[in-house]
Amino acid sequence: MTKQDVLAVDRIRCDGHGVCAELVPELIELDDWGYPIIGNAPIPDAIRAHARRAVSSCPALALRLGVPE
Amino acid sequence: MSGISLLAGPDRNGPERFSDHMARLGPLPPDAPSLIDVLDRSGLRGCGGAAFPVAAKWRAVAAQHSGERVIVVNGAEGEPLSRKDRLLMQVRPHLVLDGAMLAAETLRAERVFLYLGAEHTGAVRAMTGALQERSETDRRRTRLVTAPVGYVSGEESAAVHFINDGVALPTTTPPRPYQRGVGGRPTLIQNVETLAHVAMIARFGADWFRQLGRSGSTGTALLTVSGAVAAQTVIEVPQGVTLAEVVDAVGGTSARASAVLLGGYFGGWIAAEQAWDLHVDAASLKTGGHTLGCGVLAVLAASRCGVIESSRILTYLGDQSARQCGPCVFGLRAIADAVHSVAARRADANDIARVRRWAGVLGGRGACHHPDGAFGLLHSALRVFAAEFSAHLERGRCTLDARAAAA
Amino acid sequence: MGDTILWYTTRGAGAVSIVLLSVVVVLGLLARIRFATERWPRFLSAALHRDLALMTIVFVALHVVTAVVDPFTHLGLVAATVPFGSYYRTFWLGLGTISLELIMAIVVTSLVRQRICPRLWRGIHWLAYAAWPFGVLHGFGTGTDAFSLWLLAITIVCIGAVVGTALWRVIAAPRDPLRGERRAAAAGAS
Repeated sequence: MTKQDVLAVDRIRCDGHGVCAELVPELIELDDWGYPIIGNAPIPDAIRAHARRAVSSCPALALRLGVPE
Repeated sequence: MSGISLLAGPDRNGPERFSDHMARLGPLPPDAPSLIDVLDRSGLRGCGGAAFPVAAKWRAVAAQHSGERVIVVNGAEGEPLSRKDRLLMQVRPHLVLDGAMLAAETLRAERVFLYLGAEHTGAVRAMTGALQERSETDRRRTRLVTAPVGYVSGEESAAVHFINDGVALPTTTPPRPYQRGVGGRPTLIQNVETLAHVAMIARFGADWFRQLGRSGSTGTALLTVSGAVAAQTVIEVPQGVTLAEVVDAVGGTSARASAVLLGGYFGGWIAAEQAWDLHVDAASLKTGGHTLGCGVLAVLAASRCGVIESSRILTYLGDQSARQCGPCVFGLRAIADAVHSVAARRADANDIARVRRWAGVLGGRGACHHPDGAFGLLHSALRVFAAEFSAHLERGRCTLDARAAAA
Repeated sequence: MGDTILWYTTRGAGAVSIVLLSVVVVLGLLARIRFATERWPRFLSAALHRDLALMTIVFVALHVVTAVVDPFTHLGLVAATVPFGSYYRTFWLGLGTISLELIMAIVVTSLVRQRICPRLWRGIHWLAYAAWPFGVLHGFGTGTDAFSLWLLAITIVCIGAVVGTALWRVIAAPRDPLRGERRAAAAGAS
């Protein structure tokens, strides 16, 4: 994992479970319908473990960690 | 100002036959190894809406490591206000096919797909007929497929998705089609007009194409002009001319104009006074925050309400969503409903506040750019029709009522 | 007297396995229902489900290993791995073997979930609806304690919890909010 990793969501797989927003609220919040709003900033070291956990906990496997496009 | 390059030549009442096409333009040059360099020098950009430099796109496909490439000729034309692609296919199908075959040879593709709208029967007939007139090689490697016409069906990943799985809806990228597309292979998807330009550039050269443009722009463009104009038509213009010149060329406006919709539903509104001096040129439009999109130029008469028109467009865009992503399905629909309330003068200040809030989180949150396009349209409407929006909201009246009363 | 310790361990681990398996199924259903309260965030159901599933494997393994190595039972590896491969209470034991193998498939596919096709993962996971009842029936059919009061009561509670939660899921689980939309759009675009 590199320093520039960001969280990205597969918008088609995402079903609005909202587990990601619970696990890493510093980076993800939910819109009026429960779908994630994710910033583009790189992930701070302190919460990288939380971000990784959010990725593996997504029930729809829609969240991933990767380099920004 | 018609028939400069693509639409040049006689008889636009039916598809040009292969024999006439060859007699008029001559054969393609025998080999095209450096075609990509020629396209690079010509400055040709894609005509499907994104205006991406064509040479760069072909190079990206060529650079992929897996063996076989695929060419997809995109003639789906999902934008309702656009008719240029259909017209081009109906009168100059062989230009499109020439371009497709050139792409296939240059990129060493063994399969070519013609991706058309099922309801566009004229274009389908013309391309089917034209394909029959081509050589055995061309016919063997080309397949014509038709998908139900929809706003998102012409999106690149939707075209690939349809050819792969029969569903014309966008997919998540990455990977992009140039990396993995039809059958998992690097795929070039190019608009029919772009390929027609390629066919002309291959014959007459990059310099010839460049000098067709005006004011430093290169080449020509097909525009669909509609709305409050003397003649609603498709016209070919040199790039670089002003919008005023374009409208003059179709006979001028038929009524006083308040605004112009440039780029189709994926583009945006521009106040008429600012619009006329804009140049038909991707780069210069971009610096002004506008886009030529797929070449749609629709003139709004001052007697029509911009709020009502925008509401209609947003409702249409909401209905046309591929409905795969929550933010697009719910966010876009909510925005369309709220703007509809404003248009019907049933809204309150909260509605506009909500619209702004939702619009703020709509961008970049879909698998494709559909919600972004809708957001762009909304944003331009709120700007250009600010007075009309206030009138609808605060006084429950349309500015048209005042004008009618004053008249 | 035989190796009573092994025998007791087999029975005890078996009972714990049924309880754990039932809790795991309930948690999985809660996750599917998107159950959440102020004190019970959504991620908790899935996280506990996963952790307890791994714990279940431990107890099932203990149950099976002690049963196989116990000389008193004359059960060999075949009985533990081949369904209906044992001479002793063939049918009921076989259900247990099947249940074990289904659980293994579910756990293994879940561990490599990120790397396999989502539909395959989901299909295998649905086998839980077979793994759980087979485990319970195996307990009734082979467990010496099966009808002793304490284990009967525990088992009834487990069955009640699973069936109740499953009914809740059938009646009230939120559907994917876009499911109807996606089908309609896909139909229109085909």
